[in-house]
Amino acid sequence: MKGKNVQKLFFELVAIAALFCAVALMERFVPAGHMIFPVLKKGCVYALAAVSMNLLNGFTGLFSLGHAGFMLIGAYTYAVLTIPPEARGSVYQYYEGGVIQFALPWIAALVLAGLAAALFAFLIGLPVLRLKSDYLAIATLGFAEIIRALVLWDGAGPLTNASNILRKYPAFNSTLFYFAVAGFCIFLIVLLINSSYGRAFKAIRDDEIAAEAMGINLARHKMLSFTISSFFAGVSGALLAMFQATLQANTFKSAMTYEILLIVVIGGMGSVTGSCLASFLFVASSEWWLRFLDKSYPGVPFLRTGFRMVVFSVIIMIFVLFFRKGIMGSRELSDLFRRRPKKKEAAK
Amino acid sequence: MTQNVLHLDHITMQFGGVVAVNDLSLDVNEGEIVALIGPNGAGKTTAFNCITGVYEPSNGRVDFLGAPMVQNHPQGKMKKLYAGGQAADYTGTVLSPTPDRITRLGIARTFQNIRLFSSLSVFENVLIAKHMRAKHNFFTAACRLNHAEEKRMREESMALLEEQGMAHLKDETAGSLPYGIQRRLEIARALATDPKLLLLDEPAAGMNPQETLELTEFIHEVRGKHNLTVFMIEHHMDLVMQISERIYVLDFGQLIASGTPEEIQNNQRVIDAYLGVDEDG
Repeated sequence: MKGKNVQKLFFELVAIAALFCAVALMERFVPAGHMIFPVLKKGCVYALAAVSMNLLNGFTGLFSLGHAGFMLIGAYTYAVLTIPPEARGSVYQYYEGGVIQFALPWIAALVLAGLAAALFAFLIGLPVLRLKSDYLAIATLGFAEIIRALVLWDGAGPLTNASNILRKYPAFNSTLFYFAVAGFCIFLIVLLINSSYGRAFKAIRDDEIAAEAMGINLARHKMLSFTISSFFAGVSGALLAMFQATLQANTFKSAMTYEILLIVVIGGMGSVTGSCLASFLFVASSEWWLRFLDKSYPGVPFLRTGFRMVVFSVIIMIFVLFFRKGIMGSRELSDLFRRRPKKKEAAK
Repeated sequence: MTQNVLHLDHITMQFGGVVAVNDLSLDVNEGEIVALIGPNGAGKTTAFNCITGVYEPSNGRVDFLGAPMVQNHPQGKMKKLYAGGQAADYTGTVLSPTPDRITRLGIARTFQNIRLFSSLSVFENVLIAKHMRAKHNFFTAACRLNHAEEKRMREESMALLEEQGMAHLKDETAGSLPYGIQRRLEIARALATDPKLLLLDEPAAGMNPQETLELTEFIHEVRGKHNLTVFMIEHHMDLVMQISERIYVLDFGQLIASGTPEEIQNNQRVIDAYLGVDEDG
């Protein structure tokens, strides 16, 4: 059993190392303006957001739709805390430079972005986590909208710049950076899922009443899952802010939550690998591969701006019809490696 | 002298205007196997749910190992509605621990309709029960600083599965097991919480006579090995009469009889409750 685990770990490490090498090589040899780079970066951001949502929806069984709200908190915390003081005058031009007159290093701001989202999640979770299934979803969706409205509120302007764009905060251009941060966070989530707390989360998902009868404190574990999931949502929001280089609250509408939920469902509820794969596929096909459908060619019917989304929706429907449990179901990367020897044994 | 493990003191459970359990008092002593029987809808499972914290009783007290564990009296709206007995007795502090705290005190239970973590493996099902005694927090657990503890949890779970003869099934998905084995696994999982008192809610439901016989031996065996006290709800009279040392009989929420299996078998009120009374006679 131990040997098997080591083997699993080895395969996973090799796969991850290969991925990082591929990205590094690509950055060397593919021209910098190529479409693949923004797709990979956004894919990383969405992968982290999807995995953090999967921790809550897929592993703990709490159906929450507040993700865009927590990403927004993370993005704003990061941007507000890192804009250099000398640039604040021009960014906060309607608010006399804003109230904050210092800038933190990016890494501190990134952690604080997560912590701010986690703090909000804790406060929201106190009343909301008593609710179940659809009611929880409705309540969290409402809170996400409230947070967005608060950020856009003119009174909060000196802090958030209200409906004006935030910019000039440090952002990273290297694709490898996004892979490193998202990869590290996802690694932490995987560690948590495989610990005894992760098992407790899965127990709550499978049967709340039985989990409670097994001595699992429901309120505490749900809160834990909710805040940790929001922490990483906050970090992914900060990454998204970096990727976009400018930040506006209206990016984080509930449509973004649905996109991430879609990724989680397509990838497979309860599969980290599935969420990662699905987010890259999702971003690539919505932003890149289907672009040609938006151009109109003489003599070809239908093709025009916006047709891409029609085809995209049809593809998603086909996916949902044929992969009921998502691409991966609840399997992980290492399960794919493990399958082969079993088949050989069966053949003998 | 044997210690009193579980004592129900005038427990009443009322849902709105319906009194599901009325003024139920009973005792379970250390090492005993006690059964609670009664026709369908008599309030047996409700009584269990009051003990395990799923419901908060409307009135009464539950003592565990001599100390009050659950305690309540009619309050608020229930004060007006209350239709049970012994209303004025308990005006003291209200104790209503959540089920997980009661499990940590040492009461484990199984469910009438099996509630396993069906998408997890047999091994994980048992392992989860060990989580509640873990001392590390989520951060150290995620960073793998709890090696020793994790190893102990795994070893204890494995030992338990071996003892129950389920070691070869450890990687099977719990939901895919045959019914009888799922029942056994549910008991094994309850044992993994290191209980002093085991509550079994209809352990033989849906079993054939042969399986029931095996279960009888199994319960005896488990009690001996784990120093358990067993309190069970059961419908199979063969099992109840063979295994239990004392029996309580509930009918329409009322305790109508208690005593040894022989006494119960010859008790006219019990026979009436089960077979009905001929009103003309």
